[in-house]
Amino acid sequence: MHRFFDSDFFYAFRRSPIAIVSLIVVVFMVLSALLANFIAPTNPFDAASLNLMNGFTAPMEPNAFTGETFLLGTDDQGRDLFSAILFGLRVSLFVGLMAVGLAMVLGVLLGLIAGYVGGWLDTLIMRLADIQMTFPSILIAMLIFGVARGLLPAELREEMAITVLILSIGLSEWVNFARTVRGSTMVEKEKEYVAAARLIGLNRWQIMLRHILPNVLGPVLVIATITLALAIIAEATLSFLGVGAPRTEPSLGTLIRIGQDFLFSGEWWILLFPALTLLALALSVNLFGDWLRDTLNPRLR
Amino acid sequence: MLRLILLTATALTVTAAAASAETIRWARAGDSITLDPHGQNEGPTHALAHQMYDGLLQRDMSGAIIPSLATEWAALADNPNVWRFKLREGVTFHDGAAFDSEDVVFSLNRAKQEGSEMQELLASVVDIRAVDAYTVDMETAGANPLMINNLTNMFIMDKGWSEANDVVMPQNVTAGETNYATMNTNGTGAFMLVSRSVDEKTVLKANPNYWGADLYPNEVTEIIYTPIQSSATRVAALLSGEVDIIQDVPVQDLGRVASTDGLKVVTAAQNRVIFFGVDNAEGPTSDLRVRQAMNMAINREAIQKIVMRDQSDPTGVIMPPFVNGWTEALNEYPANDLDAAKAMMADAGYAEGFDITLNCPNDRYINDEAICQAAVGMMGQIGINVTLDAKPKAQHFPYIKEGNSDFWMLGWGVPTFDSHYIFNYLLHTNGGSRGSWNPTGFSNADVDAMIVSLESETDLAVRDATIAKIWEIVQAEQVHLPIHNQVLNWGMGEGINFDVQPEDQPHFQFLTFN
Repeated sequence: MHRFFDSDFFYAFRRSPIAIVSLIVVVFMVLSALLANFIAPTNPFDAASLNLMNGFTAPMEPNAFTGETFLLGTDDQGRDLFSAILFGLRVSLFVGLMAVGLAMVLGVLLGLIAGYVGGWLDTLIMRLADIQMTFPSILIAMLIFGVARGLLPAELREEMAITVLILSIGLSEWVNFARTVRGSTMVEKEKEYVAAARLIGLNRWQIMLRHILPNVLGPVLVIATITLALAIIAEATLSFLGVGAPRTEPSLGTLIRIGQDFLFSGEWWILLFPALTLLALALSVNLFGDWLRDTLNPRLR
Repeated sequence: MLRLILLTATALTVTAAAASAETIRWARAGDSITLDPHGQNEGPTHALAHQMYDGLLQRDMSGAIIPSLATEWAALADNPNVWRFKLREGVTFHDGAAFDSEDVVFSLNRAKQEGSEMQELLASVVDIRAVDAYTVDMETAGANPLMINNLTNMFIMDKGWSEANDVVMPQNVTAGETNYATMNTNGTGAFMLVSRSVDEKTVLKANPNYWGADLYPNEVTEIIYTPIQSSATRVAALLSGEVDIIQDVPVQDLGRVASTDGLKVVTAAQNRVIFFGVDNAEGPTSDLRVRQAMNMAINREAIQKIVMRDQSDPTGVIMPPFVNGWTEALNEYPANDLDAAKAMMADAGYAEGFDITLNCPNDRYINDEAICQAAVGMMGQIGINVTLDAKPKAQHFPYIKEGNSDFWMLGWGVPTFDSHYIFNYLLHTNGGSRGSWNPTGFSNADVDAMIVSLESETDLAVRDATIAKIWEIVQAEQVHLPIHNQVLNWGMGEGINFDVQPEDQPHFQFLTFN
């Protein structure tokens, strides 16, 4: 621990207000999402507990029919928005983290293989990556989402919605990982420790995973952080377009979609609060990722 | 730069105003399902077809029946089973072919074929024959004084064109078929099809040889029809002047549209009831007590107040008040009593509830998905765990008609203004030329016989008594779970004079500009 507090890294962190603030926001959001069950006054995913008469209650104003008051108001179904945002945040973060995890595992493995093995395998993987780069990742995610839903039987669609969402975002974001890892692997594999490992008879997988992988992970962490922000936004976009998280178990994007219908009629809070939450989350993750990249990249220092 | 933008904006406004003197840009939530005039008996599908096709007779914008391709009609004095139609002379189809009795005989027979959704309306017709080139006789099994009410959406196609393009048989939409007539038209109507891109844009232009040229205002020369599913986008399009008329102003935006300069909202009670259908034959909902408990669990006042913002009339029967057979007593619905409902569930052996999927359209009725979402919570309160599956009507309707669903939402307009239309489509045993919208599994031989008897009952007092009897039986069985009757709100520019038609069917030849 002492070593960490004495490091250049921690020194740079202490000197950067942006990094501190963004990390605090991220930690705060993650904690509220994790503890949503305890913080939230109601369970917004339990449709039976909703009272429709509470619908469209303005923030901090008693409802005209039931007299109940809600911190951030309610949506069109009488769902407490504060609780819905906490639970929605959890869906958004969960989908984002899992999708990034999937993209990272896939991208790092493919990048390692492409960089280390080379040859036709390298060409195949990297051309595939190039082709995928020519499409916006949100389009690819929608394509995967559509195909996956088409393949699933109707009764499984709602249950599998979140899994499909993770798959589609994960599969649309692996390219950056693969390209970076391939580049560093090609540099690393020419180094002497790799030659030594080869000489004592280790096989390819051992060399790739035990020796090269730890030395190419630095940039991967940076990309993972930035991709997390992208994945959270991708999830919100898909849900906003109505193909992501279902209305009965809304994520932040779904809440924004619901709120959009009531912009002209003056129920601004249904859109504003989820949108602000999403903005704060995506912005802080992105800023923290940027700071991480600047700090860990020796050429920028 | 700012000046340039302002100049451009002014220039755009001027061109827009000049163009809109004749062009009507029309939007609503969902598109027509098919252009085949007998393929779907559905409001938005008929609404588009009405611009291009004509029936023998039509309803004007007030809902009254007026002549169209037939100029006169009457039952024969010596044989009340036969209706004689005198056809309009000198009418041509859009491709120039002449209209005569052959086309009428062909079209009405086509509408009776397997796959047509118009079959129920002609179920009692035994023969259609041409007497001469401009006279057609329609013979029914028994005298049916209300027969002509069934013909307002019964469109006439050209026999020669249909044969040449291999569309003699109607498109069976439920079976997933398409044909040449799905995307092409050849009618006698006021407008001709220019281009169509499904769910995006359909362009129509005025028919230069329209037979009604001197009968109606015909001020519209072009119609651009764009379905816009998102309610916020639809209202934004109206507010920004991107469209001239929307047929379904979202209830939350009525005030906003009405108070915007240059726009108005025209309102009318709509001849359309919204309800849930349930499987009466299998599963938990086959138990009458479960259906009654579900009916009690629906908080209709909350749906009216919050989801519909008072733009609906809760009801306990699947029949709008316009319809012959409607009574105050039938319209009454049970109080929202959760304890009683739970007790009935326990009685039926479902104290722990059960799982069910609710199939719901999301681009058809006013706030359809929001109503379904509210129902998920209400059913949850008596232990029924509902999964909501909302999808566009083009997928929803075939899905429920095939009997795939145990719990679904449907709306029903009654173009004939008579209970028989509801019975024949929704309550007669499914099969043959009747009961095509009855996937509930409800089947009662006595009810079926009474429904058929209505078609040849000339004594209106007896007929009304039979209608009352049928309602008594189906209400006791709680075949459906009624929700409410819709209120219609059309939003349009101040410069447009257009009455809201109670069937939600705009006929643009009647529209005038200030």
